[in-house]
Amino acid sequence: MTTTTLTAPTTPERTAPTRGPAAARARRKRILHWIAVHSVAIAVALLFVLPFVFVFLTSVMSDSQAMSGDLWPNSWHWSNYKEVFETPGFLDWWRNSLMYAGLGTLFTVCSAIPVAYALAKFRFRGRRTAMLLVISTMMLPPQVIVIPMYLVWAQQFHLSGTLWPLIIPMAFGDAYSIFLLRQFLLTIPKEYIESAKVDGCGEFRTMVKIVVPMAKPGIAAIALFQFFYCWNDYFGPQIYAAQNPGAWTLSYGLESFKSAHSVNWNMTMAATLLVMAPVIIIFFFAQKAFVEGVTLTGVKG
Amino acid sequence: MALQLSNPARRRLRTLGFLSPWLVGFSVFFAYPLIATVYFSFMHYNQIKEPTFVGLRNWRYVFEQMPLFGPALWNTLWLVVIMVALRVVFGLSLGLLITKIKTGAGFFRTAFYLPYLAPPVAATVAFVFLLNPGTGPVNEILSSIGITGPNWFNDPDTAKPSLVLLSLWGIGDLMVIFMAALLDVPKEQYEAADLDGAGPFAKFRYVTWPAITPIVMFAVVTGVVQTMQYYTQALVAGKVASGVNIGPGSVIQPGYPDHSTLTVPQLVYQMGFQNFNTGAACVLSLVLFAIAMAVTMLLMRKRSGLLAAED
Repeated sequence: MTTTTLTAPTTPERTAPTRGPAAARARRKRILHWIAVHSVAIAVALLFVLPFVFVFLTSVMSDSQAMSGDLWPNSWHWSNYKEVFETPGFLDWWRNSLMYAGLGTLFTVCSAIPVAYALAKFRFRGRRTAMLLVISTMMLPPQVIVIPMYLVWAQQFHLSGTLWPLIIPMAFGDAYSIFLLRQFLLTIPKEYIESAKVDGCGEFRTMVKIVVPMAKPGIAAIALFQFFYCWNDYFGPQIYAAQNPGAWTLSYGLESFKSAHSVNWNMTMAATLLVMAPVIIIFFFAQKAFVEGVTLTGVKG
Repeated sequence: MALQLSNPARRRLRTLGFLSPWLVGFSVFFAYPLIATVYFSFMHYNQIKEPTFVGLRNWRYVFEQMPLFGPALWNTLWLVVIMVALRVVFGLSLGLLITKIKTGAGFFRTAFYLPYLAPPVAATVAFVFLLNPGTGPVNEILSSIGITGPNWFNDPDTAKPSLVLLSLWGIGDLMVIFMAALLDVPKEQYEAADLDGAGPFAKFRYVTWPAITPIVMFAVVTGVVQTMQYYTQALVAGKVASGVNIGPGSVIQPGYPDHSTLTVPQLVYQMGFQNFNTGAACVLSLVLFAIAMAVTMLLMRKRSGLLAAED
C-alpha cells in the first residue's frame, strides 16, 4: 500500500547545455510550457471557484436584487445570515445534524477498529469471504434494503420520526470504514504487532496500545468521511425523519427551506453556505488526513 | 502471527470477538433486509394489512405496466453511462494537469477539490440558482456575450446534462485518486521513453496508461455503483427547479421536468413511502441490486487490487 505524499512532483532536471542558442530554445520552450499549463489551470480553477463566489454574493443581496440577475450586491445585507438563524427550526436542524454526525462517527470508529484489525492482521478461514462480503455491502445501494429496514424500525421499535434508526446501525460496523481502515492497517509492519506479543500483550491490548496509535491517520480519515457522510445524508433523514420536522437535519431541512421561501434566493444562498461551512472549515484543519483517505480508497493495496 | 494462542478454539473465539460488531451488523442490517426485500417482492403489502402472497404479480406490474419504470430506468442508465464516462475523463485530465503544476500547486489542488466537499443538497440548490434560466448568473454572463443560455434544469433536454455539470464540479475525489496513481508511475519508465524519443502521446499511451489502468477500472466500477443510487441531486434539483412549495399534502411530480430527472431510486422511494406499494418498491430495489452486484462481480474478477492481502 502506498501512501503517496501529496506534494507537487518535480520533473527530473534535464542535462541540457547551459549556454548557447540550444539552451535559449530549451528555456523558451520551458517557459511557454509553464505559461500554457498555468493558464489552463487558472481557467479551470475559476470555473470551480466561481459558483462559491456567486452564491456568497447573492447571499448578501437584498430580496429584490437577488431576483434581478445582478452579479454584484448594491448594498451588503449581512443581516440575511441573522435572519436565516432566526428561521424557526434552523437551530434544531443544526443540533440534529451534529447529533447524527457526531454519534454516527463515534459509533463507526469504535466498531470499525476491531473488525478492520482482524481482517488485516488475523489469519483465519473465511477471511477472503469476509472481505468479499464487506465490499459487497459497500457496493450496495442503500435503496435496496431500505424498505424492510424501515418497517422494522417503524413497526417493531416505533422509532420513525427520529434519527436513531440511522445512528444505531453505525455501532455495528460500517462497511466503507472497515474497508478503508483495513487498507490502512495493512501498511503497518507485522513486526510491531509481533514484538508487542512477545512482550506479553494480549490481542486486545496490542490493538489498543500499538495499532490504534499507529493508525491515527487512518482512523482520522474514516472519522472525517463518516462525519461528512452523515452531515450530507439526505436519503436517510428523508426516510426516518421526514414526518417530524423536529428531527430534520440541515441537509434535509435546506431543501424544504428553499421551498418555503420560494422567491428568497438570497436567504436560500445564505442558508446553503451555512450548510457547507462546517464541512469546509473541518477540511481546512484536516486536509491531510482527508486527502490521504481518498487516496487510500483508490490506490491498490 | 500465532504466537501466544496455541489453542485453535480460543483463537477462533478471539477472531469472532473482534469481528462481532460487523457480524451482527451484516446479519441484521444487510442479510436480513435483503432476504426480506425478496420476500416482499412476492407479496401484496400496503404496510397496514397483513402481507398476502401474489406470486409474480409485482414483478409483472413493474416490467409490463408501471408507467414510470421505463423513463426511470432509461434516465438511470443514461446517467450511469454519460456521467461515469465524463467523470473519469475529466478526473483523469485534472489529475494530469495537477501533476504538471509547480507554482501554486497547493492553491490549485484545493480549488479543484473543494466543490467535492459541498453537501449534495447545498450544491444542488446552489446549481439550480446559478443555472436559473431567467436570472441566474450563468445565463446573465452568457447573455452579456450575446449567447441565449438554455433553460438548464427546467428543460427536459438539458436537465440531465445539468446534473452532469453538477457532478463534474464535484470531481475532487477522482482527481486526488488519479493524481496519486499518476505520481506512483515509476519515473525511470518516463526517462527510458524519453531516450527512445517518445512524444507526450506515446508516453501516455505506453507508460502512463498501463500503469493506471487498475485505478481507472476502480473509478469506473465505483462510479457505476454510485450512479446506480443517484438520488439526492436529481430529486432536489427537480423539486427546487419546479418551484412548488412542498408542504404537507402537496403533490409534486417526480422527475421534473417531464420525468427527465426521475431515477430508479426515486421510484423506490415513491412506491415504498408515498404509494405504500411495498411489493413494487421491493421489485425495483432488486433491479438496482442485480445491476450493482453484476458490476461488483466484474470488479472482483478484474483483480483491481481491492482484496490484496499483506503477503
